[in-house]
Order: sequence, then structure tokens, then C-alpha cells
Amino acid sequence: MSWRRYLLGPGWIRAAWMTALFFGIGFGIVVGIRALAGWDPLFFWDAIITVAALTAAPIGFLAGLGAFDYWLAWAFGQPTKPEDHSGHGARRWTDYFRINTDHKVIGIQYVTTTIFFFLAGGMLAMLVRAELAQPEADYVDPQTYNELFSVHASLMIFLFVIPAFAGLANYVLPLMIGAPDMAFPKLNALSYWLLPIGGIMMLSSFFFPGFGAGWTNYAPLSVEQPFGNVFFSMAVQWAGASSIMTALNFLVTIITMRAPGMTFWRMPLLVWANFTTSLLVVIATPFIAGSQFFVMFDRVMHTNFFNMAEGGYPLGYQHIFWFYSHPAVYIMILPGFGIASEVISTMSRKPIFGYRLMALSLVAILILGFSVWAHHMFVAGMATWLRIPMMITTLLIAVPTGIKVFSWLATTWEGRINFSTPMLWALGFVSQFVIGGLSGIYLGAVPIDIAVSDTYFIVAHIHYVLLGGSLFTIFAGIYYWFPKMTGRMYNERLGKVHFWLTFVAFNVTFFPMHIIGVQGMPRRVYTYDPEFGSWNLVISIASFVLGTSFLIFVYNMLVSWIRGPRAPANPWRGLTLEWQVSSPPPLFNFDEIPQVVGNPYEYGVSGARHAVFNGDREALREEVRA
Amino acid sequence: MRAGSLIRVLLVAVLLAAIATAVAIFIPWLPDQASEEGGRVDFVFWFVTAICIGIFSVVASLSVYSLIKFRAKPDDDSDGPPIHGHTGIEITWTVIPLVLVLAMIVVSSVALAQNDRDPANSMRVEVLGQQFAWTVAYPPEGAKEDMDGFVCFTRGSGEVDSRCKSSPNLMLPLDRHVRLHLTARDVIHSFFVPEFRQKQDAVPGLKTEITVTPTKLGNFPFICTELCGLGHALMRTRAIVLSQSKFDAWRASK
Repeated sequence: MSWRRYLLGPGWIRAAWMTALFFGIGFGIVVGIRALAGWDPLFFWDAIITVAALTAAPIGFLAGLGAFDYWLAWAFGQPTKPEDHSGHGARRWTDYFRINTDHKVIGIQYVTTTIFFFLAGGMLAMLVRAELAQPEADYVDPQTYNELFSVHASLMIFLFVIPAFAGLANYVLPLMIGAPDMAFPKLNALSYWLLPIGGIMMLSSFFFPGFGAGWTNYAPLSVEQPFGNVFFSMAVQWAGASSIMTALNFLVTIITMRAPGMTFWRMPLLVWANFTTSLLVVIATPFIAGSQFFVMFDRVMHTNFFNMAEGGYPLGYQHIFWFYSHPAVYIMILPGFGIASEVISTMSRKPIFGYRLMALSLVAILILGFSVWAHHMFVAGMATWLRIPMMITTLLIAVPTGIKVFSWLATTWEGRINFSTPMLWALGFVSQFVIGGLSGIYLGAVPIDIAVSDTYFIVAHIHYVLLGGSLFTIFAGIYYWFPKMTGRMYNERLGKVHFWLTFVAFNVTFFPMHIIGVQGMPRRVYTYDPEFGSWNLVISIASFVLGTSFLIFVYNMLVSWIRGPRAPANPWRGLTLEWQVSSPPPLFNFDEIPQVVGNPYEYGVSGARHAVFNGDREALREEVRA
Repeated sequence: MRAGSLIRVLLVAVLLAAIATAVAIFIPWLPDQASEEGGRVDFVFWFVTAICIGIFSVVASLSVYSLIKFRAKPDDDSDGPPIHGHTGIEITWTVIPLVLVLAMIVVSSVALAQNDRDPANSMRVEVLGQQFAWTVAYPPEGAKEDMDGFVCFTRGSGEVDSRCKSSPNLMLPLDRHVRLHLTARDVIHSFFVPEFRQKQDAVPGLKTEITVTPTKLGNFPFICTELCGLGHALMRTRAIVLSQSKFDAWRASK
């Protein structure tokens, strides 16, 4: 019997043969249709790979791993297994490598996976910088170079920043609202396992040249790229589906699973941030999925969405693409705003300044974020009048963003600031985000944008907001919740060394890009005018230091996870709910559901409580009686 | 905030503003400026820079002061004062940025409107981008456009109409308004001359336009700034500004 369970039970063995089986089915469909239609050649590998490897095989993999078992059993009218929680929680390390419905396990799965892809994407960036250290073409051919920066950006955006936030929120959000898990644990497990599929597809595009049109994948260039471009189009579908499912899960969890007493105005700002982010994701992400399907259909099925000669419209691609990809920059920063609020309030020992305005400015960014997409297209040739309203909304976003920055500063004012590693990252984020925000104002002003569009000024700006912004908050979050997630303390000294090395190397790498950008160095080139040579050499050297700094992080995390000192339940003396349970938390988070009685950041208010537990209530009654 | 700390914050702010101003002035940010439009762009650039230096020095001085002054002493486990907000301050930091933003919107819009005009006496030049070269063509006076809006280029073809003078470089007369009519043959390219501060994508099947008024004689890089394939980095040529008489002589030559 045991060999049957081995082969047929959910797990990696079934995943292996079902991946092969589904590849075979996809292969059969393509070859069968071509044989019946009498098309030549019979074995048309572009179609076979698109259908069998990029579409069918991942479904087989997920089914084999057991992502659909419960739903399929139900759909086929079989008796569904009663929930015995055997697929919930991690007892052994192998439990992290299977379908697991525990949001805490999924959170750790997310974070470690995204760190892996972050390191991969960082290596690609250093290869790019190696090529750019000298003005001449040195190491790689133009096609490879175009793929290096395309895959770098795609991994960082779709496989690191967006899912890393989803992972951190997966871990702490249910804890913060006093819920035993996410609303849909099985969907949660599925959305995690979609992610590595997208990542592996993007990385394997190197074996099939063609994904060299940048992560923006503008048509008609992307339509004319060699076959490998399909890898990007399909990887975005898998990663995007993962993103949408997680966002739906967050929305339902936040709306329906808050502990008694947890009103919207008592939610920690991280929960607010993920609420607004999830709305952005569910509304916007289908647009990038659509744009990539259009590109793929134009090349595989010879549709003419973007072929002007046959009535298509190339600018249509950009409108659809940016209708996702501008909100996407808020998807990549709002959760970071949430993390910064948690860390800065706790480490300053003060309530967050202007809590309601902080939450409302998230909502303002959410709404305005949908009305600015065409500011990426000021030189694209769209209707010229459209640039004015887009400039107005773009610059208006500076107002709610400014409110947030000022409020963080006001939160530190007169506080008792503890410069722990998470706080350093959070403050580093505020300072770098101010610079990125100011360069964003230059880009919002249309005449300046026309001059610096598609130059290194843009590269500098996106890295200040995405690396100095999003990445710094991700690290703030990882260090802040590491004790909660692993039950161990990280090494504080190494954490600080990591921060300062990254902070300095980051600025030396990216600040000079503003200068060479304004002076006219275009982006996405492997060779450039020698007048920019010395700055580029400085940038390249600094970027290698920047890359190296993350090895300290990896070392610190690995060693501390294995044999760091035991973490107390509440090392930062935080007031939000995740700190009121043990580190790591019990299997279902709370032995009893907490009753929320106050605001989450009442530092310095004597006698204030965010939540009480039954045991506390008894004690309180005793106190009142006495 | 007490008067003493206010003065200290102000001192830090002035110091930081001085440093930021030095960075703005002593680093050669902008390339040479060689067009009338570039002058307006540079005005907006410095206008925004002045505002940004102001914002930067306020934010940076407050944070530097706060982070130094309010460090927790070792073994200090107390909490800070429970300040939850201050309506007056919150309104202030909503309204002031709003006013600054509106000022930048007005200045940018005026500059954009002026740079976008097609002056009545402008000279018409047609530019075609294709992988990986530019073709610049000069239609004869009064020639009629075809249905795509071009005199010298036929859709989908790299050929230049025989009535037009053509060149791989952008040759322009000094101090003359030039209206560039751009298109592309295969994929999207982008016209950019840093010294002119003007940029415009050339899109296959579309006509896009931009005005350039050179104010300096010389020879400037003319580069493609939209990723257009393997040779994108090499899609560089020159924009050459000549005196009107030299330009006329060049144009008349075979």
C-alpha cells in the first residue's frame, strides 16, 4: 500500500509525474491538432513549449503537489476529507516544502522564496553593471544584455517586491487583526505555489532568447522579439494570478475576520496599507495580464492588436500596460508605508502622529493612483492635452505622500528613539524616499520629464523609490518580525553593519545616475558616450559593494535562525496583537480570541490597552473588586 | 516646540539648504543649452529645484534634529509623550505642499504650452526612425502631404521621396523655428537631443510632432532613447546647427 500512497498521494513524487503527464497532454494537443490539420512542421516547438511547458505542465505540478485536492474531491462528488489540520503548521522543516494552509508557514515560504529571487535578480544587476563599467561593449552580446536588464527588473518587481510584501503581510496581518488564519487558507497555499512557477519561467527565458524588450515589453518591439518573449508573457500570468488571489484573500480576511472590537479605526496602519494595496491589486493586475496576452496573441496567433498596418494601435499597449504598472508602484510602496508606521511608532515609543490622516492618505493615494498612468507616456505621442490632467494628478499625489513623511517625522519628535536595526531601515527608508519623491516631482513636471524621459535619471528615480523605498521597508519588516517568525533573535551588530553598508553603497550607486541622466545618457544601452565613463565606473564599483552587503544579511538570517538566542514574545515592547502571543505564535495564533478595546499605538498613555484576553478580564475584575 | 529648539532646527535647515544649493550649483547638472525650448525647460528645472531644496532642508533638518535630540538613553524604558496629532499642524503640511504643487503645475503648463506651439513661419522637417538609423528629410516648400501626413516618407517603406533632400544627420539653421514631423518604420524609436531638451517618440503608423528652435551653432548628439532592439545603443547620430546661409548652401547641394 505504501508505494501507492507514495505515487498517488499529494507531494513531490506525484508532482513530478503529473508535471510530465500534463506536459505530455499539452504536447499531444498541439501535435494532434497539427497532424489533423496537416500543418507543417508537425513538431512546431514554439507552440509546443507555449502550450505544454508554460501552460499545462505548471497545472500538473500544482495538482500533483495537492493544491487542488480538496476542491477536486468536492467537485467530483467524492467525500471530502474532514479537516484534521494535518496540512496546517510546520512540525518539521519538510513541512515548508508542501501545500501548507498555515498563514505563518506560507508567510515564511513567501519571504524565503522572494529573497532567493532577489539574490538572483541582484546578480543580474551586477552583470549589467560589469558591462557598463567601461563605455565600450565588453562582456556580453547585445541580446544577452537586453535580457539581463529585462529579467532583472521582472524578478525584482514580480518575484521580490510585490510578493515579499504579500509574504510579510501573510504572516503578521491575521495576527494583527486577531484572526486564527486567513479567510481562505487553501487559496492562500495555492497563491504561494503559483509564485515559483512564474519565477522559474522568467529565469529560464535565458535559455530561449527573446525576452529583451525590457520589463515594460513595449509593442511592437516585443511582438517582433524571438520566441523567448512568451516566457515573460506567461510568467506574468502565473505571478499575477498569485498576486490577485492573495489580494482577494487579504480583503476578505480584513473585512470579515477582525477580532471583536477591532473597528476600522482601530486597525494598525499595516492592515490599512494592505487593505488599500489589495484593492489596487484586484483592480489593476488584470490589465497587465491582458496586455501580455495581447502581445502573446499578436505573435502566436497573428492577431493585430498593436500592428498599425492592420488597424492596431501601438499606444494602446502602453495605456493598458501603465494602467496596471503605475498603480503597481503603489502596490510596491503602500505596504512599505504600513511597515514603516509600525516600526517607527514602536521604536519611538510614541503613538503614530495623525493616525486617521495617515489612513486617509493611503486611500487618497489609492484613488489618485488610478488617474496618473499616462505620465509614463509624456513623450509617447498620445493626445497632447492629456499631459496636463495627468501632470495635475501626478503632482497632487505629492500631498498625501508628504503628509505621511511629515507624520513619521512628527512621530519621532520627543520620542525615546531606539536605533535598532528595523528602525534604521525604517528611517533610512524615509530619508531615501524623500529623495525619490523629490526626483518624482521633477518627472511629474512635463517639460522636465520630456528632457529626462528614458535617461538614467529615470533609472535613478525608480531605484530611489523601489530600492531606497520598498526594499528598505522590506528589510525593516524582516528584521522587525524575525523574532516573531523564527522564535530567535538575529545578531544586532551584523544587522547594523548590513544597514550602513547598504545605505552608503546604495547612494554612491544611484545618486550619480541623476547627473548622467540629466546630461543625456539614455537607459537600456550596453555601450555609451565615453564622456559618461568615469561616473559609470564609480557606479559599477559601488554596485558590487551594494551586492556584497546582502551576503551579510543572508549569513545573519541563516545563522540566527539555526542558533540565535531565543526570542521573547515581545522583544520590542509593541502594543499590536502579534506581540501579545508567543514567538513563534501557537498553531492557531490565539488560544482565545482577543477582545479589542482601544487604539493600536497608545504608547505613553497610562493604563491604555489595545486588546484584552479572557484571563486579563478576570484579573481586571479582581482589581476592580479590590 | 520651544524657541531654543526652533532656532537650532532653523540653523540646521539653513546649513542643509546651503549644502543642497552647492550640490545644485557646483555639479554641472544640465548639458549645454542650445535651443529656445531648452531655455524654458531649464527655467522649470531650476524653479522645481528651488522648491525641492526648500522641502529637503525642512524635512532633513527636522529629522536630523529629532534623531539626535530624542535618542533613547541606554536603559530608558519610558514611553514618549502621548501626542496623537495636531489639527493645525496637519492642515499646514497639507496646504503648503498643495500650494507649491499648484505653482509647479502652472509654471510647467505655461512652459509646455509655449514649447508645444507650431509657429506660423516654422520650417518643416520630417524624421524617420528605423532599426537602427535615423533618416532626416527636407520637403520642398508647399509640397502636399499624403494621407499619413508626410511628404517624404511613404508608410512602411524606408524610401525617401525624390523631391526631398535627405540626410542621416539632423541639419538645422540657426534661430529658425523647426517643426519636426516624426514617424517610425518598424518599432518605436525616440528622438532626443540633450542640448535641445526636446524628446518625442517616433511611432510606426503615427505622426508625432515637436518644435525645436536652435540658438547655438554646433554639433550635438542626436540619439534614440526608446529601446528598439539589438542596435539601440548604436542608434546615435548628430544634430548639426549651421548659419542660415551655410544651411541654405547645404540644402541646395546635391
